[in-house]
Amino acid sequence: MKDVFITANTIISPLGFDSEANVSAIANEQSGITLHNNISTSPCYASIIDHKKLDDAFSKIGDSKIYTKLEKMMILSLQDTISQAAFSISDKTALIIATTKGNIDALNNNFEPERAYLPALGNKIKEFFGFKTEPIIISNACVSGILAIAVAKRFLQNDYYDNAFVVGGDIVSEFTLSGFQSFQAISKNPCQPFSKHRTGISIGDAAASVAITTNTSESEAIQIIGDGSCNDANHISGPSRTGEGLYLSIISALKEANIKPESIDYISAHGTATAFNDEMEAIAFNRAKLEKTPLNSLKGYYGHTLGASGLLEAIVGIHSLKNNMLYKSLGMDELGVTMPLNIIENTTKKELKTFIKTASGFGGCNTAVIFKKVEQ
Amino acid sequence: MKKQLKIIAYCRIKNNAISLNGKSIITKDKDLSFSDFAKQIYKEKQLAYPKFFKMDNLCKLAFLTSEFLFEAAKLDSEIIKNTGIVLSNKASSLDTDRKHQDTINDKDNYFPSPAVFVYTLANIMIGEISIRHQIKGENAFFVSEKFNETLIEHYASSLIINRKSSHILCGWVDVDNNNYDAFMYLVAEEGSYNYSKEIIKNIYTQN
Repeated sequence: MKDVFITANTIISPLGFDSEANVSAIANEQSGITLHNNISTSPCYASIIDHKKLDDAFSKIGDSKIYTKLEKMMILSLQDTISQAAFSISDKTALIIATTKGNIDALNNNFEPERAYLPALGNKIKEFFGFKTEPIIISNACVSGILAIAVAKRFLQNDYYDNAFVVGGDIVSEFTLSGFQSFQAISKNPCQPFSKHRTGISIGDAAASVAITTNTSESEAIQIIGDGSCNDANHISGPSRTGEGLYLSIISALKEANIKPESIDYISAHGTATAFNDEMEAIAFNRAKLEKTPLNSLKGYYGHTLGASGLLEAIVGIHSLKNNMLYKSLGMDELGVTMPLNIIENTTKKELKTFIKTASGFGGCNTAVIFKKVEQ
Repeated sequence: MKKQLKIIAYCRIKNNAISLNGKSIITKDKDLSFSDFAKQIYKEKQLAYPKFFKMDNLCKLAFLTSEFLFEAAKLDSEIIKNTGIVLSNKASSLDTDRKHQDTINDKDNYFPSPAVFVYTLANIMIGEISIRHQIKGENAFFVSEKFNETLIEHYASSLIINRKSSHILCGWVDVDNNNYDAFMYLVAEEGSYNYSKEIIKNIYTQN
């Protein structure tokens, strides 16, 4: 099997419009989550990209009136990633798009409702950059972003494409907010993953993108060495009580990477801060013998960015490897799960080589992908 | 290293008719609504699976198609457990998304419901099929303008070549307002019918 690497990357979030700005905000323990008075029937914490800042940045590359908020976020992100990448778009370059709800706000805003169809979103992005292949759109609930990396790796290993640009994005909408509220899953304070005091999720806007290739000249390259994406086969909206699908995904990824759990230096967990999700993850990590591995959830910085989250958090993980830094799991105070976990309580410097990114979502889906820093 | 794959079984449900491996097995009145059609099929097959009635139309369609397919395929339970599921459609979950949107448009009549919201994700159909058959294999849900047999072939082959799953449930399950269309097929290294994306495209367009 060919080696596959992640190279260029860009995060668009309230913490900044490139990866470096985002990572530096995380190092300073800044959160994008603030109280908003006009996004729901009552005030609510969320991590939201300011419209004016987005339009100012977007107007340098396009007409901000004809694109939706999500399209502007995704296009801005990809524009930066494409300009950084060492390859250009060819007829064997894949465009992979990951989103949970896409332009769902088009059901109730000034854009045509047809804009809510995901292929319409795909075409806007394809046309903006002149991609030569049909967009590959993944909509697999909250694992979409990290699953997109696994899909890209598998397509490149089997020679269906030479390289790929992967972009993930989702927005805070009344649609998703009202739905999570009906589940009583929205936290009354900024979310606190894995804490004893957690009361639910905060949601957030983000877009993130990466370039994926079998060829890199970087001296310190990030290789994707294993992946797995397994179902709980248990419940459509409740996490498995045994962490089954997440456990199986981690085992599948470890087996492919041909490494033991103790070779993992860091876990970038999903950690949504709902009672059941965080407990499920703790069980799965213990079953996989990863309970001593330093772990964080980045939801305290971004909220839950749905289909973007796995990709966004994988990019921060890549910067952790490159900077040899373990970033604090923001919002953590007292451990609130029944199994031991090694939560990162303070940002610390540490030599890192390998990390695992995991995510879980409605429909019982789970994904785990392992990344390794290789000197060449 | 490409592998020659085979089709084990295939099933098509559209226009209130069901065909299995190319043969028509059930035809109902074309004027029936999809929900009435689905209810009749459920009763006639004596499925005794009450969760069916909680599902939205998209999940009902996916569930029924997979019932016929797994019944015909007669797979060993160990194989079923590790089967990959790769499904796709055009409208994602928009058919149910519109219903959820209707519950929040009016601030004076605001009634979002978890029972509706949970179905505002197309991949829930993969969850429903997985629960029914206890499948803990690889999952992916793709969205495309029309059924893209090449994309599904690439991903199913990748899963088999990368040794993630030996059998893959593939297909297209779309529900959008009053229109619906389901086509599912099981592929593996051994099976009764030849497989290629051209063959799949022919079956899809002719059935």
